[in-house]
Amino acid sequence: MSDPTLADAINRSQHHGLIARITSQQIFWVFMAAVFACLALTILTDSFATERNLFNVTRNFAFVGIVALGMTAVIASGGIDLSVGSTLVISAMTVSVIMSAGMPFWVGCLAALSVSMLVGAINGVLIAYAKMPPFVVTLGMLSIARSLAMVLSDNKMIYEFGPDHDFLLWLGGGATFGLPHPLIILIILAVTTAFAFRQLRWGQHLFAIGGNENAAVLTGIPVARIKVSVYMFSGLMAGIAGVLEVGWLGGVTTNLGQAMELTVIAAAVIGGANLAGGGGTAFGAVIGALLIEVIRNSLILLGISTFWQGTFVGAFIVIAVAFDRFRQEKT
Amino acid sequence: MNVLELKNISKSYGAIQALRDVSLAIEPGEVVGLMGDNGAGKSTLVKVIAGNFAPSSGDILISDQKTVFHKPLDAQKAGIEVVYQDLAICNNMTAASNVFLGREPTRKIGPIKIVDYAFMRKRSAELFARLKSETRPRDLVHRMSGGQRQAVAIARTLLSDAKIVLMDEPTAAISVRQVAEVLNLIRQLSDHGIAVVLISHRMPDVFEVAHKVVVLRRGELVADKKASDSSPEEITGLITGAIETA
Repeated sequence: MSDPTLADAINRSQHHGLIARITSQQIFWVFMAAVFACLALTILTDSFATERNLFNVTRNFAFVGIVALGMTAVIASGGIDLSVGSTLVISAMTVSVIMSAGMPFWVGCLAALSVSMLVGAINGVLIAYAKMPPFVVTLGMLSIARSLAMVLSDNKMIYEFGPDHDFLLWLGGGATFGLPHPLIILIILAVTTAFAFRQLRWGQHLFAIGGNENAAVLTGIPVARIKVSVYMFSGLMAGIAGVLEVGWLGGVTTNLGQAMELTVIAAAVIGGANLAGGGGTAFGAVIGALLIEVIRNSLILLGISTFWQGTFVGAFIVIAVAFDRFRQEKT
Repeated sequence: MNVLELKNISKSYGAIQALRDVSLAIEPGEVVGLMGDNGAGKSTLVKVIAGNFAPSSGDILISDQKTVFHKPLDAQKAGIEVVYQDLAICNNMTAASNVFLGREPTRKIGPIKIVDYAFMRKRSAELFARLKSETRPRDLVHRMSGGQRQAVAIARTLLSDAKIVLMDEPTAAISVRQVAEVLNLIRQLSDHGIAVVLISHRMPDVFEVAHKVVVLRRGELVADKKASDSSPEEITGLITGAIETA
C-alpha cells in the first residue's frame, strides 16, 4: 500500500486499545462472572474445587454448550429453535434402539445424526420456504419429535447397547488426558463453529440475514437455503449432544432433554446472542453454558433446593435481554 | 453517446396505464432529477430501468445498444445499480462487509474457501477514498451517520462497473448536514462519469446537483429540461399540473 492515508483508513477502527475492545464485549463480563462464581465457591465450600466435582461440572456444561452452538447460529440468523431438547432425545433414542438391536456404533450414530438433521431440515423448510414463524414451527416440532421418540422406544428405558456397548459408554462418559470426552468434543465444535461464523461466506450470510433480511434478499444472498442449513446445523448439534449424553448416562428414557431448550437459549443469550438477530459468537455460547452450569452446581453445593434452578435460568434470560436493550438505548 | 436511452416506454397493469410513451436520454456522468407526485409513475419507471418489470412496449438502449432485461441481474450486468431507499444495509456488520454483501471475495486454504477480509477492507477503503467519504471499512454500520451509510450503499454500486446509479429518495430521512454529504457523493459519482438518476421530492436537493430535471405526471413525461433553464416554481407547477408541459 503506497498511500499511507489509505492504509490508515483501512486499519483504523472505532475501538482503540485492546483492553477497551475486550471490556466492551458482553462475553468478557459473563466470563468474569463465571470466574468470580468459581472463586467464591472455592472459598465458601469444601466440595467445589474437588477433582470429582470439577469433572462433573465440565461434563455437564458440555452438553448444553454443544447445543447452544447450534442455537447461537439460529438466533444470530434471526430465528429461534425450541425443538432442540426433543431433537436431542430423538437422536439419543435412535442410536440406542439401533445399537440395542445389535448394530455397530457407527450405524447407530450415523442414523441418529441423520434423523437430527432431518428434523432441522423440516423446521428450516417450513420456516424459509413456507414462511411460517420459527416459534410456531419449532414449538410444533418440540412436541412431534419427543412423541416420535416415545413411539420409537415404546417409552421404555434402554440400557443395553449391543456389541459396541462399552465404546458408547467410553465415548460419552470417559476421559482422555483428564478431560471428559464431551468437553473435548465441545471445544472442537466451538472452534469449528467460530471459524465457520467468521471465515466462511455461510457465516457472513447468516449474520446478514439476522441483521437485515430484506438487505440479504436484495443483495442476492440465497436466504432460504442458508436458513434451512442453519436449522440443520442446530439439529446436528442437538443430535451430537444426544449421542454423547446416552453414553454418559449409560441409559436413555424419553424424558431426556426435557425443558433443555430454555437452558440452551439462556446460554446463547447470556453469551451475547441477540434475540432480535444479527449477533452472537460461538465462544459466547460456551461461556454462557459454563456460567449457567456453575450457578446450577453452586445452588446444589450451597444446599439450596433444586426447585430454585428454573427461577435462576429464567431470570438469567430476562436479565441478559434487559441488559442488551439497555445497552442499545445508550448507543 | 447516451449511456441510457428510453424510447416510447409504456407500461400498463391491466386497465391502468402507469407509463405512457416515456422517452428519455441520459449521458455519462449526467445527474437527472426524476420528479413527480405520488403515483405519477416514478417508481414504475425506475423498476423498468432496473429490470424488475419489462415494459409493455418501447425500447431500452444501453450505450446505444438495444437491450432487454428479464430480471434485475440482467440490468446489474449491464451496469445499472440501484441504491434502495432503506439502503439494504446490515447494521450489525462492518462497512467493508456491507459493501461486499452477497459477493464476498474468497481465497482458498486447502479445500476450504474463506472470506478474504484483507481484500475487502483494502478495496472498500479505495472506494470510500474515491467518494471522498470518511467512512472506515472496519467500523460497524450501526454507529454511522446517515451520510456514511449512504456512502456504504453507493460504494457497493461502484464495486461492479456501474454506468448508472438509480437512487430512490436518498435524502428523505436524514439531517441537513448529512444531505450535503449525500449530494457530495452524487457529485463524486458524476465526476467519475457515472450517471445518476435521483428520485426525490425535495426540490432544493434536486436543483443543487441535477444537470437536468425530468417530470412525470400521470405516467407521462411532461418536462425534460436543463436545471439551469428551469426553476423550482416551474417544476412545482409541472408536477401539480398547473403548467401543462415544458
